Amino acid sequence: MSASLLRLRSLIRKEFIQILRDPRTLMLALFLPIMQIILLGYSATNDVRNVPLAVFDQDHGPAARALLDAYRAADYFRLAYEVDSEAELRALIDGSKARAGLVVPPGYTDAIEGRGAAQVAFILDGSDPTVASTSLSAAQLIAQEHATAIQAARLARQGQAQPRLLPLEVRTQVWYNPDMVSAFFMVPGVIGQILYSLASVLTATAIVRERERGTIEQLIVTPIRPWELVIGKIIPYVILAFLNTIEVLVLGALLFHVPMRSPLGIILLLSGLFLLSGLGIGLFASSIAHTQQEAMMSVFMTLLPAIYLSGFFFPIQAMPKALQYLSYIFPLRYYLIIIRSLLIKGADIAPLRDNIIALLIFGIGIMALAALRFRKNLE
Amino acid sequence: MLHTENLTKHFGETTAVEGLNLDVAPGEIYGLVGPDGAGKTTTIRLLVGALHPDGGTIRVAGYEVPRRAEKAREHLGYLPQRFSLYEELTVLENLRFFAEVRGLSAAEWLPRSMEILEFVGLARFSARRAGQLSGGMKQKLGLAAALVHKPRLLLLDEPTTGVDPVTRQDFWQLIIRLVSEEGVAVLVSTPYMDEAARCNRLGFLREGRLLVEGTPTALRRQLEGRILELRGENLRALRSLAEADPLVEHAHLVGDRIHLRVREGGGSAPKAAAQLQKRLAARGGAVTSLLPVAPTLEDVFISLSSE
Ligand SMILES: Nc1ncnc2c1ncn2[C@@H]1O[C@H](COP(=O)(O)OP(=O)(O)O)[C@@H](O)[C@H]1O
Ligand SMILES: [Mg+2]
Repeated sequence: MSASLLRLRSLIRKEFIQILRDPRTLMLALFLPIMQIILLGYSATNDVRNVPLAVFDQDHGPAARALLDAYRAADYFRLAYEVDSEAELRALIDGSKARAGLVVPPGYTDAIEGRGAAQVAFILDGSDPTVASTSLSAAQLIAQEHATAIQAARLARQGQAQPRLLPLEVRTQVWYNPDMVSAFFMVPGVIGQILYSLASVLTATAIVRERERGTIEQLIVTPIRPWELVIGKIIPYVILAFLNTIEVLVLGALLFHVPMRSPLGIILLLSGLFLLSGLGIGLFASSIAHTQQEAMMSVFMTLLPAIYLSGFFFPIQAMPKALQYLSYIFPLRYYLIIIRSLLIKGADIAPLRDNIIALLIFGIGIMALAALRFRKNLE
Repeated sequence: MLHTENLTKHFGETTAVEGLNLDVAPGEIYGLVGPDGAGKTTTIRLLVGALHPDGGTIRVAGYEVPRRAEKAREHLGYLPQRFSLYEELTVLENLRFFAEVRGLSAAEWLPRSMEILEFVGLARFSARRAGQLSGGMKQKLGLAAALVHKPRLLLLDEPTTGVDPVTRQDFWQLIIRLVSEEGVAVLVSTPYMDEAARCNRLGFLREGRLLVEGTPTALRRQLEGRILELRGENLRALRSLAEADPLVEHAHLVGDRIHLRVREGGGSAPKAAAQLQKRLAARGGAVTSLLPVAPTLEDVFISLSSE
């Protein structure tokens, strides 16, 4: 082995001993992913189920009961309250006890059983737009189906054969995530976010620690080359980051049944490409920070906008145009598209080409910039 | 072994080192003495290439620094002022790391490490984490790490500051053995005068400039016949009285005595002592004795600092 590789091996071994004996780094590296995936997987969910519904039934006829049964049957709503006045209904919604209200007017059964048309009122609490919009479409869908059933029953009563009821029908198909589980969206995001934050924070603090504790002074007088120091610092944290990726994949599969529809090798390869950017940012931060705290702060400054603007929580397509353009400067944006496609769609590499190229450019660019700033002295 | 010419380093407005000329020969212990902020650490950092000079030249073991710093570093060992080994690693792991990155092979590093640990007296603690060593043991470990590659020049930055007196003795014994047995050249910075006295040659540094240089004996000779030792009661009052006397240039406490420096041209030391003792007694000073003594390095240092 060349002298250079031998030095590199010593550096990496030293770094691993430090990691293993520093409980804080180890805890951060091992438990941060678990905590995040559990918190985000369960809490940041867009799945709308069991919305509490308050019902003001002024009719009490069999048709009204049939309508309520239709709502009860779909698991979007939970018939949580039966009230006797509009005021009561309003109070429940004001207090966020109920998120939606259904008002069945008097004479509803008569209208349905005769030949007339009936109207019911559906009230929504718009303060949480996600819940409101999902509830709205669910309520309409249920009502429509119910109306179709009533119409069919009427025609049958009149002795007519069942005709095609509607001239047009839209048959929707949801690909890849048919139940539209939010965890399928969140878990790949968590992988991206963890790779980025661990790689950047740990690299930055590991380098700054050498300065902060003064160990850099002894390193300077050894024959270790600057690039050896950089690589020796990076490799242990790359390995740690890959372990974290696998950890999140396993947790995602176990807890949320998130699929892995592409080969692990490809997932790790492209994740490694993304890691370059995180490591580069960490390296860069280490060249401007004097203390580990400063290093962490500077890394977090890039982390927060990346998380909000890269489509981690909010779809990029729904952002204002200016922010959409801004999102192009965050490598996390490209990686999220890649990792979501790989895991959920099992997509080929070909359609992801542009994103992969972008990651490559950012990774190499940031690394080169940071490496140029890196010095093995005290200036 | 070490040679600098006109070495200069500024930090913004601060002049840390100015026009420094140093020469250290093999087998010599050169002491860099000066108060806090004199530029000792900066000088040593320039010598190892950790800082880049604003002017002047440095040669270490024949190699120009910082241009050929990597070659020069093969021949130098550096013990920084601050502990600079890894606290999470054990004593032996630290030595192994520095031995390996210095190019010692798998077969070499262990015997060499054990040899140095025996030498500095830390063999018993080889499995202890460096962070759990006492201050003195940390310094010995630092010295051991600086010695793994058998350097010909050793740069020690205040190696015994904050170390207990017994360990300080040990430490100096080690340095003296290195110099006498292996002919190593040593440059050591220290704020302690008793340590300065052990050096072959001294340079007094103040505000980045070398004020004076020479052997301890030669430096002390400069004040020959001008130092009087005063004993008595109520030393504080005595000191103020003495300082007010036109014959006295400076007075400072040394334990339970006062050292007085008389002005140049103040006549012979015994005569001056007799005169002064009378005058102090006349002004109510409780003098027990006032006698000429040999100047100490501290006297020299104080005289240089107040110039
Ligand atoms: N990295 C630095 N940046 C700015 N000023 C410095 C730096 N290092 C030392 N100095 C200044 O240079 C002068 C000499 O410091 P130093 O070499 O540490 O002295 P010593 O080791 O003799 O106590 C001091 O005034 C100190 O404040
Ligand atoms: Mg110093």
